Amino acid sequence: MISFERVTLTYAGAERPALRDVDLRIDEGELCLVTGRTGVGKSTLLGAVNGLVPHFTGGELRGRVTVAGASTADRPPQEFAHLVGVVGQDPLSGFVTDTVEEELAYGMEQLAVAPDTMRKRVEETLDLLGIAGLRHRALRTLSGGQQQRVAIGSVLTSHPRVLVLDEPTSALDPTAAEEVLSAVTRLVHDLGTTVLIAEHRVERVLQYADRLVHLTGDGRVRDGVPADLMRDSDVAPPVVRLGRLAGWTPLPLSVRDARRRAPALRERLADVPPGPASPGGPATGAGGTPVLCARRVSVAYGATVAVREVDLDLPAGQVTALMGRNGSGKSSLLWALQGSGPRHSGTVSAGGRDPGRVPARTARALVGLVPQNATDLLYLESVDAECAQADTESQAGANTCRTLLDGLAPGIPGDRHPRDLSEGQQLALVLAVQLAAAPPVVLLDEPTRGLDYFAKEAFARLVRQLAAEGRAVVVATHDVEFVARAADRVVVMAEGEVVADGATAGVVVSSPAFAPQVAKVLAPQEWLTVEQVERALRETATAGTAPAGGPA
Amino acid sequence: MNPPWRALPRPLHPGAWWLWALGLAAAASRTANPVLLALLLAVTGLVVVRRRTDAPWALAFRMYLLLGAFIVGVRVVFRIVFGGGVGDTVLVELPEIPLPEAAAGIRLLGPVAAEQLLGGLYDGLRLATMVVCVGAANALANPKRLLKALPGALHEVGTSVVVTLTVAPQLAESVQRVRRARRLRGGAGRGTGALRGVVIPVLEDAMNRSLSLAAAMASHGYGRTGHVPARTRLLTGTLVVSGLIGVCAGLYGAMDAHSPAYLGTPMLLAGLALAAGGFVLGGRRVRRSSYRPDRWRGPELLVAASGIGAAALMFAASGADAAALNPSLSPLTWPEVTPLPGYAALLAALPAVLAPPPVTAVPTTASTPSVPSTPSAPSAREAVS
Repeated sequence: MISFERVTLTYAGAERPALRDVDLRIDEGELCLVTGRTGVGKSTLLGAVNGLVPHFTGGELRGRVTVAGASTADRPPQEFAHLVGVVGQDPLSGFVTDTVEEELAYGMEQLAVAPDTMRKRVEETLDLLGIAGLRHRALRTLSGGQQQRVAIGSVLTSHPRVLVLDEPTSALDPTAAEEVLSAVTRLVHDLGTTVLIAEHRVERVLQYADRLVHLTGDGRVRDGVPADLMRDSDVAPPVVRLGRLAGWTPLPLSVRDARRRAPALRERLADVPPGPASPGGPATGAGGTPVLCARRVSVAYGATVAVREVDLDLPAGQVTALMGRNGSGKSSLLWALQGSGPRHSGTVSAGGRDPGRVPARTARALVGLVPQNATDLLYLESVDAECAQADTESQAGANTCRTLLDGLAPGIPGDRHPRDLSEGQQLALVLAVQLAAAPPVVLLDEPTRGLDYFAKEAFARLVRQLAAEGRAVVVATHDVEFVARAADRVVVMAEGEVVADGATAGVVVSSPAFAPQVAKVLAPQEWLTVEQVERALRETATAGTAPAGGPA
Repeated sequence: MNPPWRALPRPLHPGAWWLWALGLAAAASRTANPVLLALLLAVTGLVVVRRRTDAPWALAFRMYLLLGAFIVGVRVVFRIVFGGGVGDTVLVELPEIPLPEAAAGIRLLGPVAAEQLLGGLYDGLRLATMVVCVGAANALANPKRLLKALPGALHEVGTSVVVTLTVAPQLAESVQRVRRARRLRGGAGRGTGALRGVVIPVLEDAMNRSLSLAAAMASHGYGRTGHVPARTRLLTGTLVVSGLIGVCAGLYGAMDAHSPAYLGTPMLLAGLALAAGGFVLGGRRVRRSSYRPDRWRGPELLVAASGIGAAALMFAASGADAAALNPSLSPLTWPEVTPLPGYAALLAALPAVLAPPPVTAVPTTASTPSVPSTPSAPSAREAVS
């Protein structure tokens, strides 16, 4: 269906090619997962399928990319619209019209599909993706998962034979991600659509994939059956790493596979107490004295209550994860705690003062917030300029911010433009800017989206370090694996209210949506991360027992 | 077929409402009689109230009414300030402000005459009525549906306008978000630094968005032109543009009673013919279709005909008894209404009954039982993210 023949792609001005000698054949009806670290060229590979790369982005493409026999060299991307449907990372920015029904019809209108056929296909697609109830809704009022499904629907109506999805679930909560993925697998199974999907959170998609395309980082790709490639892939979900640790063959790709092999491992771990989830983390979650107390905090936008009478204490040295589905009030709560966002009622006290009642400059020394779009805070031409500006704003000594930055992410060149940094580096810079004011409370809103496994791991260490320095840290996130690794305590919100609050293991192990993979495999035991298991096995091994795993 | 007054609710073709409203505006342009103008305003209001939907654009009618009132007010105030002392029936003696020699011929304030005030009032009322007619069209017809009804040759322009309409609120939201983020850096500051802190992230955001929108549109097949020879494109463009200029000139000629006759109807017809030729030529090359197009059916004809009919009656009346349409100011007389213009207003009111009722109960908050993640407060998320 899709074939790459010795494709080498070099962007204008780049030193080395983004793709090098790529040979790839993807057959009809395959679900193909593209993995690799940030910046290795996943989006380039996906864009090349319908010719957006290089027709739209520029660059030089050697070799040949064909879809159903048509080469992208001969025709512009528009002429591939009936063959390839592309859904981007942020569905909202790709919407052309403003209601669901019109968006679904838009692609067909461009292809001059007959009106009767259009009407029929719109109805079919609405049902196929389970969005019939949303047909008249304005696109902007939909939740993230709904928007993503509409975006998929808008390309499906043209009946493309290939569907290309660039990180379709990265901004979604676990349940919404499941919805989108189940819609995609249904397409593969029922309609035989070929799907090419790039995803950072490999754990979500791996079990459905027929084939894995792994970008190794030097522009080359390896492709093959997931279980084979996963044996030594540098991007691997926890379930695979647990499988490697326990020596299971073939490697389990889903929780179900792993759980069927796990009884022996569970038995071995039965009387070992789980240690700290990650190195350096106080597993107990017993924090110090509260540095921020919120009482009956409510946030309302007109008639919509976003946060309803929430009580929250944040002790020093504790990392709290704030979870809940999209739109459950997490962001509103963080902004209200910081004092910059609206607060309808209730009191917040940080160090004896209310951050909502003092000037912005003082509030930022009490509570620091890194918003969802962290780059909104950056506006100068170089990293050094941003750091100097942060020192002035915080009335901190010279180089305070730069020193902090070097502690968080060493080796960022000072003359680099902030927009040219990787997502992880940008996050570190914004965090350093906010920490320059030395706030005892740090709030992070969805910091992990767009980070690959390595960046996420580095960021988890960084969060632990902040807590170890005696700050109270709150992280709003959908990423259960990150929570398992970094958080002492989990607060779950729904409809603006706190529905669960407790130590990480206690809250997530029993939850079907929020449990990390290791917990699902080893439940009812309270294991959260592969490192925990590894350490425990090492200890039992030195105590003279048999090697881990045993015959499965 | 059902009689029109028992028609099923459905949206009317936006073109029909626009023809009706423009007809009404043309009718209003022919008279300065306050009674007639008030009658036309009442008719417009009646039809809007009876046949508008509950969509956001429909609520903008109030804004047009306010704008109309503002226009009348400004006209009257101007007549008082720069009145020039026309008329004998002096109502108030205001002190005159002496001006230097260079400004001879302009008088500031001074005695205020009734003729002067009424002249301003009539003039303002006529302009206000025309503005309110356009507002009525905006309230009754979905502006985006109108763009969809554009001929194939103008499809690309229509899409650009739709995208612009969608992007504007996004930009506003972006500014709001970044300004809030600035507060996080303690930057409630002023001056160019603060402006820069807002403008640069917003521009970057807008840039990224438009790039990804353009990519999305290209991969949806937008701009699949096929192979149109450059000469055909040039010919189409020339025909359309010159035709539209002709239409504008013709409309001006037809509205303005003092312009030469050839500028009126003949120019309008010639322009229309040229533009239509261009559209047909351009449209023939376009391979595109339209989802659920608005069809032109009986009620559409009735509505358009009632508007155009009203204009025609008013034009006829302006030939027959011009005095009744433009009541005399010197000597001051009470405005009188003759039957013909009255019929025009009544004719224009027919859509209030004959047009199919609007579809109001749009299920905006449809229940989605199969979707557990539907947030109860999506708008709240919008406001914060």
